[in-house]
Amino acid sequence: MTANGIVQIAVFFLIILALAKPLGTFMARLFEGKRTFLHPLLRPFETLTYKLIGINEAQEQRWTQYTASLIAFSIFSFLFVYGLQRLQGVLPLNPQGFNAGNVSPDLAFNTAVSFVTNTNWQSYSGESTLSYLVQMAALTVQNFASAAAGIAVAIALTRGFARQQAKTVGNFWVDLTRATVYILLPLSLLCALVLCSQGVVQNLHPYTTAQTLEGAKQVIAQGPVASQEAIKMLGTNGGGFFNANSAHPFENPTPFTNLLQMVMIFAIPAALAYTFGCMVGDRRQGWTIFTAFSVMFLAGALACYWAEQKGNPNFSKLGVETRVTAGQSGGNMEGKETRFGIAASALFTTVTTDASCGAVNNAHDSLTPLGGLVPLFNMQTGEVIFGGVGAGLYGILLYAILAVFIAGLMVGRTPEYVGKKIEGKEVKMAMLAMIATAFSILVLAAMSSVISFPSPTKDAKGQAVAHSYWNPPGAATANLNNSGAHGFTENLYAYTSGTANNGSAFAGLNANTPWYNLTLGLAMLMGRFFFLIPLLAAAGSLAAKKKVAETLGTLPTHGPLFVGLLVGTVLLVGALTFFPALALGPIVEHYLMLGGKLFAFAVFPIWS
Amino acid sequence: MSSVASAPPPRLSNQDSTSLLPNKLARSRPLFDPEIVRRAILDSFRKLNPFTLAKNPVMFVVEVGAALVTLFLLRDAFSKAQGSLAFELQISLWLWFTVLFANFAEAMAEARGKAQADTLRKTKTDSIAKRLLSSGKVETISGSKLRAGDIVIAEAGDIIAGDGEVIEGIATVDESVITGESAPVIRESGGDRSAVTGGTRVLSDQIKIRITSNPGETFLDKMIALVEGAERQKTPNEIALNILIAGLTLIFLLAVATLHPFAVYAVSSAGSGMVPTIAVLVSLLVCLIPTTIGGLLSAIGIAGMDRVMQHNVLAMSGKAVEASGDVNTLLLDKTGTITLGNRQAVEFIAFSGVTEQELADAAQLSSLADETPEGRSIVVLAKEKYGLRGREVAEHEAHFIPFSAYSRMSGVDIDGRLLRKGASGAIAKFVQELGGTLPASFEQVSDRISRTGGTPLAVADGPRALGIIHLKDIVKGGMKERIGQLRRMGIRSVMITGDNPLTAAAIASEAGVDDFLAQATPADKLEYIKREQGEGRLVAMTGDGTNDAPALAQADVGVAMNTGTMAAKEAGNMVDLDSNPTKLIEIVAIGKQLLITRGALTTFSIANDVAKYFAIIPAMFMATYPALARFNIMGLHTPQSAVLAAVIFNALIIIALVPLALRGVKYRPVGAAALLRRNVLIYGIGGIIVPFPGIWLIDQLLAMLHLA
Repeated sequence: MTANGIVQIAVFFLIILALAKPLGTFMARLFEGKRTFLHPLLRPFETLTYKLIGINEAQEQRWTQYTASLIAFSIFSFLFVYGLQRLQGVLPLNPQGFNAGNVSPDLAFNTAVSFVTNTNWQSYSGESTLSYLVQMAALTVQNFASAAAGIAVAIALTRGFARQQAKTVGNFWVDLTRATVYILLPLSLLCALVLCSQGVVQNLHPYTTAQTLEGAKQVIAQGPVASQEAIKMLGTNGGGFFNANSAHPFENPTPFTNLLQMVMIFAIPAALAYTFGCMVGDRRQGWTIFTAFSVMFLAGALACYWAEQKGNPNFSKLGVETRVTAGQSGGNMEGKETRFGIAASALFTTVTTDASCGAVNNAHDSLTPLGGLVPLFNMQTGEVIFGGVGAGLYGILLYAILAVFIAGLMVGRTPEYVGKKIEGKEVKMAMLAMIATAFSILVLAAMSSVISFPSPTKDAKGQAVAHSYWNPPGAATANLNNSGAHGFTENLYAYTSGTANNGSAFAGLNANTPWYNLTLGLAMLMGRFFFLIPLLAAAGSLAAKKKVAETLGTLPTHGPLFVGLLVGTVLLVGALTFFPALALGPIVEHYLMLGGKLFAFAVFPIWS
Repeated sequence: MSSVASAPPPRLSNQDSTSLLPNKLARSRPLFDPEIVRRAILDSFRKLNPFTLAKNPVMFVVEVGAALVTLFLLRDAFSKAQGSLAFELQISLWLWFTVLFANFAEAMAEARGKAQADTLRKTKTDSIAKRLLSSGKVETISGSKLRAGDIVIAEAGDIIAGDGEVIEGIATVDESVITGESAPVIRESGGDRSAVTGGTRVLSDQIKIRITSNPGETFLDKMIALVEGAERQKTPNEIALNILIAGLTLIFLLAVATLHPFAVYAVSSAGSGMVPTIAVLVSLLVCLIPTTIGGLLSAIGIAGMDRVMQHNVLAMSGKAVEASGDVNTLLLDKTGTITLGNRQAVEFIAFSGVTEQELADAAQLSSLADETPEGRSIVVLAKEKYGLRGREVAEHEAHFIPFSAYSRMSGVDIDGRLLRKGASGAIAKFVQELGGTLPASFEQVSDRISRTGGTPLAVADGPRALGIIHLKDIVKGGMKERIGQLRRMGIRSVMITGDNPLTAAAIASEAGVDDFLAQATPADKLEYIKREQGEGRLVAMTGDGTNDAPALAQADVGVAMNTGTMAAKEAGNMVDLDSNPTKLIEIVAIGKQLLITRGALTTFSIANDVAKYFAIIPAMFMATYPALARFNIMGLHTPQSAVLAAVIFNALIIIALVPLALRGVKYRPVGAAALLRRNVLIYGIGGIIVPFPGIWLIDQLLAMLHLA
């Protein structure tokens, strides 16, 4: 590791630290219904929205109504995105003439689910599949909507802790509107302009055909990129306009935009920790969560950076220099952009998988085994290291409930967190969410690692019957580009990414088949809704409770000890659930690599 | 201030709380009493019944796993599959042991209660009741035929046939059946000592009793049921903890079940090794699921109830014990809890022109016939400090004036002197009526005494005011330390007293309580509890009178004194058979201990899993990926010995922790943060470390004995 690399990580972290309080305070005021400095400007848009959708701003909802609204909104969004993709051929803003043939029903399903659940897993390449209209009206809109919905859920759960003897947890439509109008839209506008200034494109032109120096013809994709790029990061969506995502120079042209993009990913999740502290009336609680986030983030970032900088020892044996020298960064540069280098790539990888963003600026498939273990494990914890917008906060609160419940008993009181007794109902809901995550990742990955599809058969007339609809014949693992432990990781990573609503691809998996599109879609749905609905239920039961007075005998849920407990719970629960799977993937691969065994590398379309 | 003589008459059985607990209910047995162990071993086999075990999801999964491995063992034995029979046999045996050990823990906890219930049952003989008919005649019927509302008569030597209330008469009663205390107690009609319990024996006199309970519902019956644990229901926290460990079990089931297809892929792509067998997969599952806490959870709860019982307190539900750990505010009655039951003379303050000797002499004379503790303490002080001996007053012409609520003084007319002592206001009036004048320091001295929490008792010889006796409430020894402990536990202690605020404040500061409620009426108490609860605090209190009943019912933990009325006992959720109000502090500690034990063993159980992964995962895949041997950091001999060692450790740790589960983790009255740090260190970090040497040691033994 180099001093330069460490400084890059430190600078990034300090920016996040500086942003947490002002942005967090702003959001707390916003969701407590107080006026903010943006109200004079944006309040008319907010009230207009309520008028248009017929919402009474003052009317609050019980958790059941809140959840029903969220689900209704998600179903509507899904149908809209699905419909728009399938109908893109007859709709305007389609200079490349894409049509329904580019988007099969299973792909459209996968993509619609993906964007509605804030996952942004992409089984397709944007530039060769979707029209500008779909990119803008369906995907970009969902980038806002799914992020705002995540924030809304986190705020509802926060209200569960903040309120007492209350029947309601807020109004979903109001929270959704406020998150969009006051937070996501202004920030996106600002960031999009900065990105444009750095060279991110924003146009509706047809693709450009250029003559290269060697005389070859190259098609350069265009589009309204900057507007999508901003919310892709801010909303921790991560679905790239182009297949190459943030490695593409039109999405992420300079080291500065790279830093900006990482800051955009963490800004809202980090600030939400502070918002939580404000809303429950004890800022220390917010900082404690922030600290737990930070400890896990820094550990992951440094581990990934260390592994990548160390590189693959087998190269040294071949006489390839992988150490840092005056002329080169050294380390494992496979799959990385030279304009970012080792540290900024490892940092980006950590940030994007800590948060449920999933944008990538390097090929995760090409990370060293341990470097790849970091993003995989980050996602398997349920993305609670800053996490997705909203999702990170409600995820870490789930772990806080568990930590308090397990360890809190050791102070000789029934467990309580920020003044709320943690009882059967909350534990049940937390466990349901945990089980759903483990089920989705493990069971679906297990199915794909052994399922096999029949070969084409001939019918009575000797005509070949179309082979299995689900996948090309043979084992599902044939869709993997690598064999052995590395192939195993590719498979595990896909379902982990889907379930965690991350959307980053390890790549090395041809996922655009009905089998993978549908199972990954299922993983995304389970990971989103079976996680979020139990937590909303917990919000309802918490809001109804009285606040318990804090005494010397109360478990302090702030300070280093609780940070340790919280981090310990996240790591232990994550590790215990996924250790066997990880042992067969990146861990064994690491030891094999040290022993000189590598896995065959096949040519594959990158980042799809 | 009411006068000294209004103090309650002394109790026959002196239950000074600082004395040793007369724990007869506990009939203190050693933890591993041979009879109890025998009983528990039998029960552990009985509990293998899958229908009863299904209530404990963790152990049920272990039993199903054990059955599965046994089935595969039988299949392999008959198909003469070679190789791993000995291994499978050992695994299946240890899995069955795991279930048995958990059953044993629960059975041990239950057996203690059952043994106590048997002892109680023996004392429950069918008594003969003398029922008073409306005609005024008395008929003799069996005690079991009595119904609530019947009136019975009990005389010396009779066993009282059922629970009831004395409606006429006064008697001494031997209640040792219930309390274990052999000294008799007084039961009389009216007031707070009117309740009698079925099964107790009248020693003297005759009382008329209105029966208040039907047969089978008496206090003794309830007590037997409670001790036996027949009515035991899971407490809210226990239910929540059960959900947690059932959830973890499900997660580990997913992790292990999916490991099979993962292994199939790994083996086929690596082209070497074997997919783990059912025995190995079940072993991994059993090692991972929280069997330690799953096996000990109900034992911890039962043992907690049992510990309360050993303090001679009858908890009506486990929920009450659990709630006592959560208590934030303790309401402590001043008299008898914080202070010794009565005030004592500590000083004679003579007015100018009067010698202390003279004052002491007059005070002693006026108190010779005063049998109240205060009166006696005056006699004693005069004797100790001034060498005045009690005199034979019979030689003199003496006429004793008893205390009356009207005159608020008492004294003696002796040799023409009118010696009086009493409340300062009453004596002032007495002196002035006789034409005397009050010395300037009269008001001053009595105010000073009042301010410091004492009671001024003025003494006059006719029209001459002699001086003031300083009566003081004596705070019990060690009370301040205990209150300090409570504060460190985060518990506010509130003193309840009928005294005026000035006196109350002085005693409160001497005892170190956090707050006090002066001139408290039962309604004030109730109000105070409601206010505390409104602010999110849990309140515990003790009480004995009927007028305490609403507050006892309102409090989260209400401990009724056994000497109290039936109404109080029914309103509270615990009954202290020793009627010792200070015990509330112990009850709180027991509640905390119960919760700590649960948390500690849960943490320990989960932390243990780390080492088990290091033992089993390399063992499973060493043949497929030899590189994973690096994970075998314990250097276990063979894959089979590694798996077996982990399973054996997992089973033995349950049995090793039974004493801890039954006794409870030691509770220290320190703040939550310090307690947490300590317990996380011991049970969290310790839980991660301990299994490593443990599994290693078992592996060494297995290798030595050629068992694997």
